[in-house]
Amino acid sequence: MKPARFQYHRPTQLHEALEMVATLQNYKILAGGQSLMPMMNFRFVMPDHVIDMNRVSELSGIHEDPGRLVIGAMTRQHDIHRSALVAKLCPLVPEAYDQVSHRQIRNRGTLGGSLCHLDPASEQPCFTSALDGEIQVQSLKGQRTISIHDWTQMYMTPALESDEIMTRVTLKPWAQNHGWSFLEYARRHGDYAIVGVAVLVALDASQQIERVSISLCGVAAAPLRLSALESSLLGQRGDDRIFPEVHQHIEAIEEIMHDSYNSSTYRRHLAQTLTARALGIALKRALMVH
Amino acid sequence: MQEDIQIHLTVNGKPHDCSVSTRKSLADFLRQDLKLTGTHVGCEHGVCGACTVLVNHQTARACLMLAVQADQCEVTTVEGLANADQTLSVLQQAFKESHALQCGFCTPGMLTTLTELLAENLNPTEDEVREAITGNLCRCTGYQPIIQAGLLAAQRLRALGEQAPAQASTLTGGSTR
Amino acid sequence: MSVTRTFEAYAPPSSLSDNERPQQYIGSPVQRTEDDALLQGLGQYVDDLKLEGVLHAAVLRSPHAHATIDAIDTSAARLMPGVVKIYLYDDLPESAKKRLPVLVPNPAIKQVMTQEVLASREVLCVGDPVAFVVATQRCLAEDACDAIVVEYQVLPAVADCLHALQASSPTIHSDIASNMAANVKMGFGDIGDAFAKAAHRVRDTFWINRGSAHPMETRGYAARFDPATGDLCVWSSGQTPHLEKKNLIDVLAWHPEKLRVIINDVGGGFGPKVMFYPEEALVAHAAHDLGQPVKWIEDRREHFYTATQERDQWWDMELALTAEGKILGLKLIMTHDNGAYLPWGIIMPYIGVTTTPGPYVIPCIDVDLRVVYTNKNATSPVRGAGRPQAVFAMERIMDKVAHTLGMDRARIREINFVQTEQMPYNNGFIYRDGKPMVYDTGDYPQCQALALELADYENFPTRQAAARQAGRYVGIGFANFVEGTGLGPFEGATVRIQQDGRVTVLTAACPQGQGHKTIFAQICADQLGVPMSMIDVITADTSTISMGIGTFASRITATAGNSVYLAGKSVRDKVLALGAFLLQATPEDLTLRDGVCFVKSNPALSKTFAELARVSQGMPGFSFPPGVTNGLEDTQYFSPSQSTYCNGTAVAEIELDTDTGQIKIIRYCMSHDSGNLINPLLVDGQIQGSIAHGIGNATLEWMRYDEQAQPISTNFAEYLLPTSTDVPHAQLVHLSSPTYLNPLGVKGAGEGGTIPAAAAIVSAIENALTGTGLFLKEAPLTPPRLFEILHESGFFKAVHAPRA
Repeated sequence: MKPARFQYHRPTQLHEALEMVATLQNYKILAGGQSLMPMMNFRFVMPDHVIDMNRVSELSGIHEDPGRLVIGAMTRQHDIHRSALVAKLCPLVPEAYDQVSHRQIRNRGTLGGSLCHLDPASEQPCFTSALDGEIQVQSLKGQRTISIHDWTQMYMTPALESDEIMTRVTLKPWAQNHGWSFLEYARRHGDYAIVGVAVLVALDASQQIERVSISLCGVAAAPLRLSALESSLLGQRGDDRIFPEVHQHIEAIEEIMHDSYNSSTYRRHLAQTLTARALGIALKRALMVH
Repeated sequence: MQEDIQIHLTVNGKPHDCSVSTRKSLADFLRQDLKLTGTHVGCEHGVCGACTVLVNHQTARACLMLAVQADQCEVTTVEGLANADQTLSVLQQAFKESHALQCGFCTPGMLTTLTELLAENLNPTEDEVREAITGNLCRCTGYQPIIQAGLLAAQRLRALGEQAPAQASTLTGGSTR
Repeated sequence: MSVTRTFEAYAPPSSLSDNERPQQYIGSPVQRTEDDALLQGLGQYVDDLKLEGVLHAAVLRSPHAHATIDAIDTSAARLMPGVVKIYLYDDLPESAKKRLPVLVPNPAIKQVMTQEVLASREVLCVGDPVAFVVATQRCLAEDACDAIVVEYQVLPAVADCLHALQASSPTIHSDIASNMAANVKMGFGDIGDAFAKAAHRVRDTFWINRGSAHPMETRGYAARFDPATGDLCVWSSGQTPHLEKKNLIDVLAWHPEKLRVIINDVGGGFGPKVMFYPEEALVAHAAHDLGQPVKWIEDRREHFYTATQERDQWWDMELALTAEGKILGLKLIMTHDNGAYLPWGIIMPYIGVTTTPGPYVIPCIDVDLRVVYTNKNATSPVRGAGRPQAVFAMERIMDKVAHTLGMDRARIREINFVQTEQMPYNNGFIYRDGKPMVYDTGDYPQCQALALELADYENFPTRQAAARQAGRYVGIGFANFVEGTGLGPFEGATVRIQQDGRVTVLTAACPQGQGHKTIFAQICADQLGVPMSMIDVITADTSTISMGIGTFASRITATAGNSVYLAGKSVRDKVLALGAFLLQATPEDLTLRDGVCFVKSNPALSKTFAELARVSQGMPGFSFPPGVTNGLEDTQYFSPSQSTYCNGTAVAEIELDTDTGQIKIIRYCMSHDSGNLINPLLVDGQIQGSIAHGIGNATLEWMRYDEQAQPISTNFAEYLLPTSTDVPHAQLVHLSSPTYLNPLGVKGAGEGGTIPAAAAIVSAIENALTGTGLFLKEAPLTPPRLFEILHESGFFKAVHAPRA
């Protein structure tokens, strides 16, 4: 299973890469390669040009801006997973990475690559959605910022123009005393999630839910923020009474994806189960730091 | 149209200057161009782990890297894990004693993966060793002997570390440090 | 039934019995001799061979499950960079234009369908080879494949083995009348009578899908022709070198003495690599035709399409029982999805149905076996070889009987076991080896008892009740099996003392990880009183031993192991005879140690093996003394009179997450009896490893096709193999019921872990759901499927809203 012929490009600076994507037809960006190379080896994709971004060092790195966690598109998943800064600001993220594939994949895979590949089962778009992430893209014409909530154009297609390259992801950390949980169901450890959920919750002084974010992967082309459920949970205490609401809101989701392996009924049930469990864990954590 | 690109890399401590096809995988390059056939190709889509090597001390699927991407990198394959005097390393010896290999095809990937684990954690729990190899498929052993070998190696490396800390760090395998 | 031994049982040689050797290798957990090379990446798998000037091949395959080929245009492909030659059917030698043979024929097969080397006109499954492209690199060969234009006329495909038997179904091939490959009816006893007088009749239908073996190394062949000598050498990642040679001779019309098959390291076999495949013929032919070495290495996607598999089977089974639960009779209709070809005949489904009685007394059996063609990849034995399905059906129905009669599951089995007093026991069938299925030795009641004790089965109800209180579902299940191993007709070995005093063992046995070289060295070392380090074992090279069968079906220790023993014993006798003559002593005065033969009472009088070997080569013109023959070597082909039956019991304790359908195995126990063990370390490795295959069969591995017989699960993300977190550390207890069927008293051990696993695990899942009334009768029982069963049964309505 060898890839078809292609022209290989290896920019070392972002502007070189921007020129390439502005001029080349039928290209693919090679980031970590953990999703693209299998598809090329199977000849499911046969680009004429491969633009290897691994030398564009300016796209790697993690830093903090006021109220923001900024991660370069080419930052390795392993580096994010083990970053003390990320753990401090967004503990949801390392917990998600515990469940992303295997160490060998995370060593090479990048956050940007995952967000552009946009597999509905992927954990990374899901936690980005829970954290109201913003994606910065650049072209020769300039920059723009796209909310994660507008990022999915359709199945496995991000809202990226053909002359644009994603440069960074900005996550919005929650205040320190929040609870979080990332749970997924996968057939085996490290497999793609069938369904996964990212939950963030903050309680007010009287231990009522003051803010909550719930995002599901594996139910739609885009990570699904359960905004209606979030609204209905506000002001409530995190006790057993909220779980029927979780069940009902997810029951009410009109369309849940299915494939030949996992039906939408099953995915819906998983979503209900995992959301309830994750909410329970997040609430416990929120109480502990309260 | 197919370009060959000149790359320079170190493999098992030895420098190489090679001209390589841009569509050749690192796995195929190691096997065909450098004749290092210890890295095995099992699936070519990144799941089985038989092709796992160390690139700049970190595990990577050699079937999912283009050889040209290893330019300027330090690569360690299974052939680079034995001791300098060609005796089996602590980890390799532990594999032999634990009957941690049968057909041997997944073994190079298991060794490089556990080499990375032990370089970072000399006191892993059984669960940690088990989890470390979830990305490496084995169809022969049922995994338990491999996990036993990992724990045995860790125990011995710790003991050696207590005796001679500087020496122990080189014993996690070949040229990984 | 009396037993006649035709040979002496193994005993350590008397020349070693005076405590001169501190360790006897046989029975010891010796570390493997294979490992040093493999651990350093120095294995020689077929793709590792360094062949100067080798060309690389790729195969263009049919994308359709059933079609005729109207035209093939290779004009563009032939001009592409690096392309050396493209072969189509018309380019093959006449001898290669016939369909490949059925390797294990059976008169019951009324319509024979086997692979063609390249498609002549009609393709019968996705993956059928249509063109063979040879180029300077594999990627260039694949590029050329993409440029070949084939015009297909798509025909209706047969995708389901039950539908295939309906009159309205299309047939898998235009020229055959029906999709029934073979319909075998067999049985014994008066089934009508048994069912008429039965107090209970328990019936159900079971569906079992197994997948392929998926060794970590795919298939592969390399060949080199030497025009100076006319020799053709073929290297393979296979399991049966002599079978491959035999078929190459026929397909290429080659001189038998000019063809050599060598199998070096093999990265796992598990059954599918036993077959003779079209690609081997193509590689060999191309190497001769082009005068350059040619290599073809199967990629994993091709392995999904073309390496043989197991697949769907439907088991409609009914037991007739007395009021107390003793089995009176068994009726079985088994339908097997054979795929489009039967290279291994009907062996695998045959083994399945004849395995059904297991360790139980069943006085009367009626079987209707339907082997059905479909337009899918061929099926042939995969580790367990049809027995996992039989054990699944039988053990599930025994559980159902227990439930119906209100009896404990262990008790219903106890009252039906073949007892030790009844051994050797003829279960009534003729086995696949053509002989009555006579269980030689084994203690089935004890085996089950030990496994249940190890698993603390007795106290499980307490654990289960406590778990339920906490809202958790745990269950325990177990299954028994009996497995015919050590198949004949033979596997030979030559033991030879070389002129440098080292010992060589040569055998056609073909290891793919089993550790043959280690155990043969152990056996031989003990006969000759040498350390294992003095022995070299050469396997799987047709030029070193003239006849062979191969390594599969857990047969080698019982056959080749005994050949090594007998040949070693014979060579020891020759050493002693020659030593006696040269040292002027009697053989009883002599002892052997570390390659030296010396007089016990005067150790200064000695001859080394090297000296003896050189004398035995002969001095031109001089006769040997009486009692001495040329060479310190002997070849033995041990031929067992029948298979030898190993047995075991598996117990699985699981926790079920009902909301996901996922199980976690809390504890897995097995009792296992393979008679005498040459190397307990290796046997334990086989059991742990084969359990992993069984776990895959239970909940993970499902080879899926769609309604057009298109394979769907064709990569490792969709076809799920067990990983390290799926396979727990199995706790084992060994029994030993040596067999009288071979001198070493050994039985096979490579498949025992696989055979009962799905049955035990699904039984445990059902047990976890006690109270729901659910009876689970399929494998794999995947989480989505289990969810569907629970959902349809109303389980989730009955349970409270999902807990936090």
